Order: sequence, then C-alpha cells, then structure tokens
Amino acid sequence: MRGAIYIETRIREYKKKGKKAIIPYITAFDPNKEATLDFLKHIAEADPVAIELGFPFSDPVADGPTIQKAMVRALRNKPSFEEYLEIVSLFKENFPEIPLVCMTYYNIIFRFGLERALKEAIEARLDGFIIPDLPIEEASPWLRVNRGKGLATIFLVAPTTPYDRLVKIAKHSTGFLYYVSLTGITGAREVLPEDLTLKLQKIKGMISNPLVVGFGISKPEHVALLRPYCDAVVVGSALVQIIEKEGRSAGPALHRFLLYLKNEDSQS
Amino acid sequence: MAMPNRCGYFDKYGGRYVPETLMPLLFELEHVYKKIRKDKKFWKEWRELLREYAGRPTPLYYARNLSEKLNGHLKVYLKREDLLHTGAHKLNNTIGQVLLAKKMGKTRVIAETGAGQHGVATATACALLGLKCVIYMGAKDVERQALNVFRMKLLGAEVCPVTAGTQTLKDAINEALRDWVTNVKNTFYVIGSVVGPHPYPQMVRDFQSIIGIETRAQILKREGRLPDYVIACVGGGSNAMGIFYPFIKDPHVHLIGVEAAGLGLSSDQHSATLNRGEPGVLHGMLTYLLQDKVGQIKGAHSIAPGLDYPGVGPEHAYLKDLGRAKYEAVDDQSALQAFQILSETEGIIPALESAHAIAYLIQNFHSLPKESIVVINLSGRGDKDVAQVKDLLEEKRAETI
Repeated sequence: MRGAIYIETRIREYKKKGKKAIIPYITAFDPNKEATLDFLKHIAEADPVAIELGFPFSDPVADGPTIQKAMVRALRNKPSFEEYLEIVSLFKENFPEIPLVCMTYYNIIFRFGLERALKEAIEARLDGFIIPDLPIEEASPWLRVNRGKGLATIFLVAPTTPYDRLVKIAKHSTGFLYYVSLTGITGAREVLPEDLTLKLQKIKGMISNPLVVGFGISKPEHVALLRPYCDAVVVGSALVQIIEKEGRSAGPALHRFLLYLKNEDSQS
Repeated sequence: MAMPNRCGYFDKYGGRYVPETLMPLLFELEHVYKKIRKDKKFWKEWRELLREYAGRPTPLYYARNLSEKLNGHLKVYLKREDLLHTGAHKLNNTIGQVLLAKKMGKTRVIAETGAGQHGVATATACALLGLKCVIYMGAKDVERQALNVFRMKLLGAEVCPVTAGTQTLKDAINEALRDWVTNVKNTFYVIGSVVGPHPYPQMVRDFQSIIGIETRAQILKREGRLPDYVIACVGGGSNAMGIFYPFIKDPHVHLIGVEAAGLGLSSDQHSATLNRGEPGVLHGMLTYLLQDKVGQIKGAHSIAPGLDYPGVGPEHAYLKDLGRAKYEAVDDQSALQAFQILSETEGIIPALESAHAIAYLIQNFHSLPKESIVVINLSGRGDKDVAQVKDLLEEKRAETI
C-alpha cells in the first residue's frame, strides 16, 4: 500500500495504538545527497508516522530563516528533481512502510511538468505532495492530473482561513489536512498560540481527514500538549537547526532529538 | 473580454499562488477593490492628491532637439513622469494603495524596493497619509543606494535590509511576503509594480493608467491624432502598463516595451524576462521568469537598478503572446549612451531605466516610417543615477587610455 490512503491508515493506526505521531521534515541535499540518505535512515529508526522531505526552491516565501538557509545549502549541489526522486526511491527500498511526502514550491513541479512529476513520483514510490504556494483555487490542473492515481495532495489551512473555506479545502486534501499553527512562516517557537488547542478541537469536528499540525513545534511539551487534539505533528525547523549545527554527521543527533520529543529518551 | 478574468488571469497568466494564510486577505482586498473601482469619492480624493500634491498632469513634451538629431523624420514626445513628486511614476500607485490601506482600516504599510524609488514613494505616501511604514530592501541594494535609504528614513520609514538569497529586489519581495503572512491582520502590502498575486497587477495598472489617459488627451490636443509608437521600459512593467493600457484598443498604435539586455541577451547577465524567460510561478503569479532547467529563479542584471527583476507583470506576458505589444531589449552600454544623449540634447537627465526606452528609439529610428509620432514614457529622472554613471564613464575613459 502507498499514497493517500496509506498515509491516512497509518496515522489512524498510530492514534489507535496511542503512539506519538511525529512527521519529521528535512530538506533534501542539505548538505548533500549522501547525508540526506543517512539522515533519513536515522529518522526512520525513530519510528516516524511519515516523513516530509523538502526539495529546495530559490524563493521559499512560506519558510522562515532556518529552512531558507537549509535550502541555500541544498541548492549548492544544484539538485535536479530526478535526483530527488532517486533519494526517495533508495529510501523506500529500505523503509517501504514509512510514507514519504514531498514538500516543494509549485514552480519546481510546474517546470518539471505536472504529468511527468506525478508519473516519476509514482515510480519512485513517493506517497504525496505538500505545495505551500498552491491554494485550492490554483490546484485544478494538478488535481486533474492526480485523479485516480492515489498520491496524496496535502493542502494547508491557516488561522486566517474561515471555517467554511476550511471545510472546502479539507474536501480536496488527501492523506491528511495540514493545519498551520500560527499566522506566520515556518520556524521553531518557544510557545504556541494560546487558542491553538481550542481551535483544533473545533476543526476536528468539521472534517473527516486526519488533522496534522505544523509550524513552530519544537519541544516535547508542544508534542504532549497537542497530542489529544490532533493526529500528528510536523517538526521541521528544530531538526534542520541540528543539521545546520552538526553538518553531515547530524544523523544520530536527529534520531536522539526525535526520541526526546516523544519523551522516550531519558539521557537527552 | 475584461482582463483579468474573475480568477485574476490574463488568459494564461496571473493567478494567486500564495500561502493559504494570505488567501482570505486577497479575497478581502479583491472585494474592497471591486467596490472602490466604482467609488467616485475615492478616485476624486486620489486625483486631487495627485494634482495638488504630486504635480499631475505631467507635461507631454515635444522633444524638438532629439527629434532633429534623429534626422527630423519623426516627432518624439516625452511623457514627463520624471517631473512627478519624488522623481518617478511610482507615486501614482503608492498614493492609491496607501489610500486604499486606510480605507481598509490597516495601520501598518510594508513595501519592497530595489533601487529605492518605490520605497521612497511608499514612505512619502505614508508620511502624507499618516501610516506606519516598513520597507524591505536587499542588503546589497541598501549598500548601493545609501542615499535613498536615508531618504526613506527622513520620511519616517523603517528600512529592513534583507540578507537572504541574492540580497536584491526579488528577495526583498520574498521578505515582504513573509512579513505580510505574519502580520496579515493590521498590515497592507503596497506592491510597487504590476506583479504579485491578483488583484495587484490589475490594481497597479489602474493606478498607473493615469499616465496613458493623460498622454492620449495631450497628444490628441497637440497633434489631432494618436501616436504611431508608444515606447516604455519594462522591468516589472508598471510604467509601461500605465502608458500602454489606454491605447490597447487602438490597433494602429504600436506598443513597444524595452527590457534590459544588460551585458547582452546571450550573456546570462540581463533582465530580459519576456525575451529570454519561460513561464513559471513566482511571487504569487504565473508569468515569464528567468529560471534554470530545474525551476530555480535566476538573478537578474541591469545597469538600471529598477529593471533587474527576474519576473514581469502577467498582463505583459499576455500582451506578448497576443502580439499586441512587442518586447525588445537594449543593453547597458546603449542605455548609458542614451542617458548622455538625452542629457546633452534636451537638458533632461533621464533615469537609467527610462534611458532604455530612449536607446531603443536611437537604435531603431531609421526603420520607422517618416512623420511617425513617437511617445516615450520618461518614467523617472536620473539624479539618482548620476554618481553611478560618473563612475562608469570614468572607468570607461580609463580603459580607453
């Protein structure tokens, strides 16, 4: 199994079993291809519910300084989307059970060709896409190409999204619905917005997709706090900061940090 | 068909490719702007400010000396946007948008700027209308344009240097978008050209159309007929869109946009997006972009800081595909030469941006039919460029010795 339905099933399974469901994010090619494969392996061994792997873009408007810098480091390798899919493919050979979704900006996919991107993504066993600058209003061409192919297209909703619009977006979103925890860009935060859990409670009642929360989440307290109110959390910038600091030997530290977030590693 | 359509497209180009956080705000802006477009009181207030405060209408000047220098075959007119307050056409748009921001109850205005002209124009409008103003500017540009940075500060604006990416205009736009995503509730983003997500390309075009509306009336009064050619430089494309738009339905008026060929179209050091770019998505719009095979955006280059943008307004992309406007390119050296020629022949120092339009005419006047009437949009004055030009000419002189 793979794609949207698999992501959904796996998230629900984690929930049912009471496992803490984390979706770690890192940027591919930061600092290079080999390191990314090594990081993915260490991350995979921390039992993530899924993994979000970014493909770098020169102008990432939804991202804060941490991921911007990661993308600059990644772009030094002049990566192609084909090479990205090679990483996906190699990862999936070793960890077929972990869903992998691609995060990138629309121009990359547009330039590669929508149909070709989808076809080659399926061949590489990628499970879905998150495209932060593709709102539902602009997504028809992409969704048309995707129809019946089974890959997830995960849409984001934000605190500024009115509830009627949120319900509409949820209907288009497959795999899960990505709730942006705060009005802003990606990046680790000390505290999350006060009304977040209240909002999540409300949203949960409106949608049938798994609800995943991202942006700002960087501490075990955040993970514990949000756990009753959503189905998984995305942790990105906090991991990317480790890569920024440790470089290509960051693998074990990424692993330890994920266990620490789940409070399963007493030495951290 | 009215352009843009309901979804903000000029045929294939335009749209709203932004993070979801901004979408509700863009819908609100679109809704408010739709009402404002029919609100006579709003336009009256805007026109009054432009007349009393900014100095509109600007003259349409018959450039006799330049016409004679070009063999006397043509009549060349200059639309003198360089005489507008702050020295360029930018204020038409910023006064409009800042007025709109006030109507929407926003208390804080942000803007991006490359060379500083749009930043100065936004800071000016904010000083006039009493709004807090934050300007994002690439760190490299902050260094190169120290005087404009000081101007903005004098006008009460806060200037934020942007150290991400190429540290130029495109990164300033990215950072302004990030600020907007973060402070969406109280903040209005004043975009400086006919770019960005819908409804910006339409809105900025509407505000800048005053240039073409005046030109049309002035040339009819003066010559009793419409011009044969309208020429304007194109970076993002706001001054060109402003002067083209009221002539689009006059098929006999040739519209020519002049892009910056920088060090040459084959050099990879240019800003000729429509000549050398390919369709893609950046800054909320689908349009022609300078990009590599993968879809990474390339840096743009021009001697004119206001032209070095790797994208272009979606309506220009549409006019290009339609064949209604022609887009040519002129390199740094030709622009520099035109800068000197206009200064010497007419006593007008043009902005290096506008010098591209002049240079196109100087290069091509012999192929235009005799008795043609040509209007060039002189979008800005060149005071801001004199220090740079001085250095460049001294360098050149040193080389020849």
